[in-house]
Amino acid sequence: MNLRLFLSRDATALALGAEDTARAVFTMAKRRRATVELVRTGSRGLFWLEPLLEVQTEQGRIAYGPVFPEDVPGLFKAGLAHGGQHPLLLGPTDQIPYLKKQERLTFARVGVTDPLSLDDYLAHEGYRGLHKALEMSPADIVRSVTDSGLRGRGGAAFPAGIKWKTVLDTAAPRKYVVCNADEGDSGTFSDRMLMEGDPFLLIEGMTIAGLAAGADRGYIYLRCEYPHAHRTLTEAIATAYARGYLGKDLLGSRRNFDLEVRLGAGAYICGEETSLLESLEGRRGQVRFRPPLPAVKGLFGMPTVINNVITLASVPVILDRGAEFYRDYGMGRSRGTLPFQLAGNIRHGGLVERAFGLTLRELLYDYGGGSLSGRPIRAVQVGGPLGAYVPASRFDTPLDYEAFAGIGAMLGHGGVVAFDNTVDMAAQARFAMEFCAHESCGKCTPCRIGSTRGVEVIDRLLAGHEPDRQEALLRDLCETLTHGSLCALGGLTPAPVLSALNHFPEDFRSPSRVKAYGP
Amino acid sequence: MNRGLNEQPLEPMQPVRALAQAQRAKVLEATARLRELPGALLPVLHAVQDALGYIPPDAVPLIAAELNLSRAEVHGVISFYHYFRSAPPGRHVLQICRAEACQAVGAVALEKHARDRLGIGFHQTTADGRFTLEPVYCLGNCACGPSLMVDQELHARVNAQEFDTLLEALP
Repeated sequence: MNLRLFLSRDATALALGAEDTARAVFTMAKRRRATVELVRTGSRGLFWLEPLLEVQTEQGRIAYGPVFPEDVPGLFKAGLAHGGQHPLLLGPTDQIPYLKKQERLTFARVGVTDPLSLDDYLAHEGYRGLHKALEMSPADIVRSVTDSGLRGRGGAAFPAGIKWKTVLDTAAPRKYVVCNADEGDSGTFSDRMLMEGDPFLLIEGMTIAGLAAGADRGYIYLRCEYPHAHRTLTEAIATAYARGYLGKDLLGSRRNFDLEVRLGAGAYICGEETSLLESLEGRRGQVRFRPPLPAVKGLFGMPTVINNVITLASVPVILDRGAEFYRDYGMGRSRGTLPFQLAGNIRHGGLVERAFGLTLRELLYDYGGGSLSGRPIRAVQVGGPLGAYVPASRFDTPLDYEAFAGIGAMLGHGGVVAFDNTVDMAAQARFAMEFCAHESCGKCTPCRIGSTRGVEVIDRLLAGHEPDRQEALLRDLCETLTHGSLCALGGLTPAPVLSALNHFPEDFRSPSRVKAYGP
Repeated sequence: MNRGLNEQPLEPMQPVRALAQAQRAKVLEATARLRELPGALLPVLHAVQDALGYIPPDAVPLIAAELNLSRAEVHGVISFYHYFRSAPPGRHVLQICRAEACQAVGAVALEKHARDRLGIGFHQTTADGRFTLEPVYCLGNCACGPSLMVDQELHARVNAQEFDTLLEALP
């Protein structure tokens, strides 16, 4: 019996026991004298089904999940090779509704291919974008990206093409491409999944950015909390060098592009682009004043394209299929797709790549299946720790940058964290201030001092000391943070605080819920 | 209640003492290998911490001299980044995620259990030197929290019972 099986080695799949499952598969194969090829892929992003075991059959790939070691003997007995009946059988993988209803452009290969096989990448339309880019002038590449409507996926949603054009138009002896892989927002993991599941796509996107902007050196600034992604990227970069896809004279084009991974060191603020550049230069990650913009004066004082992982990974498909193809997805000024991440108290957590425009409710219930606890979802934090808490009354808002801005929220990096009705929203508001205090770089006063004062004011409010006065003070403080901070950390911390206060005032005044966060 | 805010009191720069010979060799190996990199300080600090488990305060003047930086610059970078430590950790480092997605599924209870069970707070090491407890803000495992990183190994859906089981399996 010859078996070709697929099992993820994504960090979450491993955390759920994928390695034990792999060992059980080999043990069972040996016992039954079957020859097994186990391809270790990225994750399909259906995390409640991980470890997800897939088998290649004549009808395509068939999935079983979640498969734990004790299930493996039964699967072999059930005729795994032919997709035999078993309680864990999920049917053809691409027909699983959660996947079938997605529009996977950026994540097309994640979970499908072996992330470290360049041949696999090439066999699945990889590097077609780069080949097109090598035939184009830098200005034409930039125009394609501009025309696609691609906006920065890290959270700020700034048009990528405009950033690139600024770098292209700024004369300098040296230019850089920097990938912001400091995915620090709670509730987000799409960067991690992509780097672990399809690293060559990011490498290709950065190489194209280098060609477009006239940069011959790139850095991936990766958070050190992602050791799996670090290993995968390092290995993929070495392979790309060995095969002529990085380094001098790229594919015989006489163009050069060097790429290196640098590790962060546990500072959330380094996800802010100027702070990230300071860190790359070997200093404290303190925010820089703007102007000058990084596109004019960035890394080591040179013009720098700095984009998030998903932004750069969206570029190859735009070059390959054309700007119109990408632009045809989405709504309003939000073009293309966004890999949403369903997290927190949610039954079917995972990655959902869809064109902009579906509603938060569809995401939470049609995909997410409601809360994990079975209780009603009371609040959802969208866009990371600086994102607003959205109450159930706003769940019909379409997922679109402008629509979210319209309800005082933001899409950010696409993280969606659900909370059931046991959540204490006052504790969440307090945590937002506490987090800001913990992570403030200290450069500007509103953020450095205001966040600590914010925790104290919330504590007094919850303790019932002159609550009206404290609330007025808190709102005033938030006003100062919003308008007086140098970057988004101080500037947006009021969003979770005020949304909690405005939508869930009962949690701040009711004695039974008055309990501070932590022991 | 304000423990979160007071986690990291300002530490004055320490007086210089001689670095143990073996540690000195490791530090010099790291600086020699990495000093030519543009912006070499973070890679050097990572290499030193990887090799020694921490960055000894007595290594600061050496790193500074090798990279042509001031002691204050090196100390300032070490103290800015939460990941770098100036004291040796226990045999195992436990990082508990405190961020929102994990809070939504019981991270606060797990954190309390860990403190009670180990009898230590964050940034502390148990008396027997087995465990160091650290907070972390997101491990990217947000669909399957609460998340716990034990050394370099990630664990998903960790409750109090699972936490105890994991600890018992460690030497």
